[in-house]
Amino acid sequence: MFAEIFSIAFQFADVFAFLILAAAGLAIIFGMMGIINMAHGEFITCGIYVTVICVQHGVPLPLAQAIGALSAGLVGIVLERTIIRHLYHRPLDSILATWGISLMVTQGMLIVLGSSWQGIGTPLGSFAVGGYTFSTYRLVLFGAAVGVLIGLYLIYMRTNYGVMARATMQNADMARALGVRTQRMYAISFGLGAALAGLCGALYAPTMTLIPTMGITFIIESFVTVVVGGANVLLGTAPAGILLGVVRTILNAWYGQIAGQIGLLITVIIVIRMLPEGVSGWLSRRGG
Amino acid sequence: MATEPVLEVVDLRASYGSTPVLRGIDMRIGKGEIVSLIGRNGVGKTTTMRCLIGLLRATSGQIRFQGELITDLPADERARRGIGYIPQGRQVFPRMTVEENLWVSRLVGRGDGRRLTDLVYQHFPILKERRRQSAGTLSGGQQQQLAIGRALVGNPSLMLLDEPSEGIQPSIVQMICEVLRSIRDQLGTTILFVEQNLDTIMEISERCYVADKGSIIAEIGRDQLQTRDAVRQHLLI
Repeated sequence: MFAEIFSIAFQFADVFAFLILAAAGLAIIFGMMGIINMAHGEFITCGIYVTVICVQHGVPLPLAQAIGALSAGLVGIVLERTIIRHLYHRPLDSILATWGISLMVTQGMLIVLGSSWQGIGTPLGSFAVGGYTFSTYRLVLFGAAVGVLIGLYLIYMRTNYGVMARATMQNADMARALGVRTQRMYAISFGLGAALAGLCGALYAPTMTLIPTMGITFIIESFVTVVVGGANVLLGTAPAGILLGVVRTILNAWYGQIAGQIGLLITVIIVIRMLPEGVSGWLSRRGG
Repeated sequence: MATEPVLEVVDLRASYGSTPVLRGIDMRIGKGEIVSLIGRNGVGKTTTMRCLIGLLRATSGQIRFQGELITDLPADERARRGIGYIPQGRQVFPRMTVEENLWVSRLVGRGDGRRLTDLVYQHFPILKERRRQSAGTLSGGQQQQLAIGRALVGNPSLMLLDEPSEGIQPSIVQMICEVLRSIRDQLGTTILFVEQNLDTIMEISERCYVADKGSIIAEIGRDQLQTRDAVRQHLLI
């Protein structure tokens, strides 16, 4: 009995980790700047490829993962400075531009790197509970997801950058009139969002086969989590991850992966209908 | 006005799209003065304030602050040079606590933020009492106190207030007037405020500019400000 309960909890932790890690970067960029970043999957892909290439050149995995995340963050800052900053308050244009970036990156990678790339193995082995075997690395991923949530909370609630970023998010004009350099806040936030996407890719790199279009694997879950969670990453992303994690785990266990995926989409439709601003909008209103 | 000008505005013009709103604003305000900008609704008072802080770009004209030309500087740079802005409707950060609202100014302000925060709490004790409360849950009067306190923590040389008495009960308005006077006396802060409330104008203004159709049409001196009718005629809608 314990093994079955542990198995369900493990599956929930796995789904939760995937949703949180995939969505955190997207949620920051959307919540902070109102940009729907269609190139989110490519930042994840960047993290994956950089990590794998580093490991294949002898860099230890944790360091390679940090380099993967930082590379994506750096690319994010460059993109923000050159393209995205001209598209604030132009939501449709920003969707089109980031989608264009996504297509160019994907096709460019197909041409330059080819259709597949040798991956790296999943580290840390496995452990058994009852008659079931579990990947130890999946627990690391769950820990990383919780770590990302705690890290984001500390960054946004306890640091000078966090206070200025939240002020910018709530009223950019007023923040500017108080002396906050909002353009810098946007650049840092976009970089942070991209770095988190890169981190997601870096963390999942050892678990996947590498193809240039692999970012798409994360996209549905990312957008579903952000839509359910709403614009506030601190208030919305974790509850959305829990809700969607429960739905998906139950449906996966009872009816299989496809039912789990359909369940996520149905949950989004219901949430959009009942809570148009997502869980964070609802929580904000309740909190006054 | 005998003192050196802290703010000098020359033929300031601005538009919303193709519609001109400011058609030549001229003002000269000395250090430590409390000056009001009055006029009927829609004559460009708020637009003038937005232009002065840099949230709206001037199409022509000049703004000099402490002798330096700031017409083309962005709003954040003007704030960092010492212009504090309290907008119409307060615009506190609603989902941040009172303390965090003040913290934002402390981070970018020019003075000893801790001392200025204590000064704000001293002037507005209700803010200290509610420092962990979300700003959005405060009453209108408390939000106005927070908006003034938030600007004050940045240690401004010039404070721009847009209708500080709007929608606030008279006792709080009276208290705000006293605090503004006290800030001027203690810190030497220059104050320019837009106002429609005759009592507030007469309570603290030392001088008054009258705006109409986007330009300054008259200046009311200290002597004339003692006469209600002299001011009232410019506020009639």
